[in-house]
Amino acid sequence: MGKVAFVVGDDVSTDVIYPGRYMATVLPTETPQYAFANDPALNAKLNAKEVPPGSVLVGGKNFGCGSSREQAVSCLKGWELTIVASDVARIFLQNSINLGLNIITAPGVTASIGDEVVVEGAKVVNRTTGKSWDVVPLPPARQAIIDAGGLIAYTRKKMLEAQAKG
Amino acid sequence: MRPGQVVVGTDSHTTSHGALGAFSFGIGATEMASVWTLGVALNVEVPPTIKVEVTGEFPPHVGPKDLILHLVGKLTAQGANFRVLEYHGETMRRMSTSGRLAVCNMSVEAGATSGIVPADEETVRYLREEAGVTDPIELVVPDPDAVYERVVTVDVSALEPQIACPHTVDNVKPISEVAGVKVHQVVIGSCTNGRIDDLEAAAAVVRGKKVAKGTRMLVFPASGRVFQEALDRGYVADFMKAGAVVMNAGCGPCLGVHEGALGDNEVAVSTTNRNFKGRMGNPKSEVYLCSPAVAAASAVAGVLADPRKGS
Repeated sequence: MGKVAFVVGDDVSTDVIYPGRYMATVLPTETPQYAFANDPALNAKLNAKEVPPGSVLVGGKNFGCGSSREQAVSCLKGWELTIVASDVARIFLQNSINLGLNIITAPGVTASIGDEVVVEGAKVVNRTTGKSWDVVPLPPARQAIIDAGGLIAYTRKKMLEAQAKG
Repeated sequence: MRPGQVVVGTDSHTTSHGALGAFSFGIGATEMASVWTLGVALNVEVPPTIKVEVTGEFPPHVGPKDLILHLVGKLTAQGANFRVLEYHGETMRRMSTSGRLAVCNMSVEAGATSGIVPADEETVRYLREEAGVTDPIELVVPDPDAVYERVVTVDVSALEPQIACPHTVDNVKPISEVAGVKVHQVVIGSCTNGRIDDLEAAAAVVRGKKVAKGTRMLVFPASGRVFQEALDRGYVADFMKAGAVVMNAGCGPCLGVHEGALGDNEVAVSTTNRNFKGRMGNPKSEVYLCSPAVAAASAVAGVLADPRKGS
């Protein structure tokens, strides 16, 4: 993790993260350019490649609410952003785990652009302000998917195990 | 599908199937590929359940859409995140499957994994008469000693028509607080409110009247079958004589993917399920969500209007 590049508010929906008019593509090579396309400043900052991988986007409550569109996750994964939010909508969290987007739920988390935010043990720490927040741990079933390197790798492993058993 | 089944779809509004007593939820595309491969849904825990007890009789021009908008406002947009909403009470028992579909469809707007109406004789009627099911139907219902995380009660007998105001679905107000807002486009349809009883309610309001100057009214039947029935029953004629445009069946402008794009600074009143910024394609527009009756009354008035007042 690293510096906070973006701070967004509560209830940031998948319509805001990845507008519906770009849903014709699902390719992870194409979706990143349309991340936050309705927010010209944010989108331009990403496409100018000014934001190094590992930079942090800090969200509020209910981040990623709305549609199940996976592009809303793949477009952020493409820029290798880390998401830290007060809470995350269910399908968005699932999709993040499945695609390997680094996402951390830490209720109450606050930061400003430029702050350095890191995970230390079970806490998110804002090194710039000195404040810290508890991380909500993932259930074991989801951690297993992350540990496998995403859902495709996890499913492949399960499939091969089942085939080996005959 | 049948009561008690587990249903997944790559659409957040897959929760609709809960209207028939299924545990049904939306997943992403990669997860669907995994479900196809392994035949199981990997990435879900058994969620806690919130019991929603609905009582009272709907006043005229108030119905299931007003109930679910009111409930989302009450619970908030993340109030049921990682939880199931299970609907009980005399009002739910009396409600048609179409109404239950609207309620379960929008349960996800409170963050719920799934919305479920326990199966009953209405479920059987729907599956037999509408879906053509002929095999035995088992009514899977909650255990008598089922544990609920909490119980939320709603009495609909004094409910006003409800409006979700821009730009979140939980920004819900009664019509009396927002009536009069200028409306450029009215959208009636979608998976939430595009069924025949929805079109019937809208047609009854516009019949013999005209859509206001400066306002466009678009109707999207939910399916080809609903479209055909609306033709047979004369609703399509009612809409067209009023000056509405009846479009092809489908999602249409709900998520801004085709037809009905809004201009800058335009206001839409829609029977769909989301009003997030840019949802209908233009981030410089505003979307108000409501029932078909409110949408139709607003089309005639040219402003957000209360269908109980006539015009």
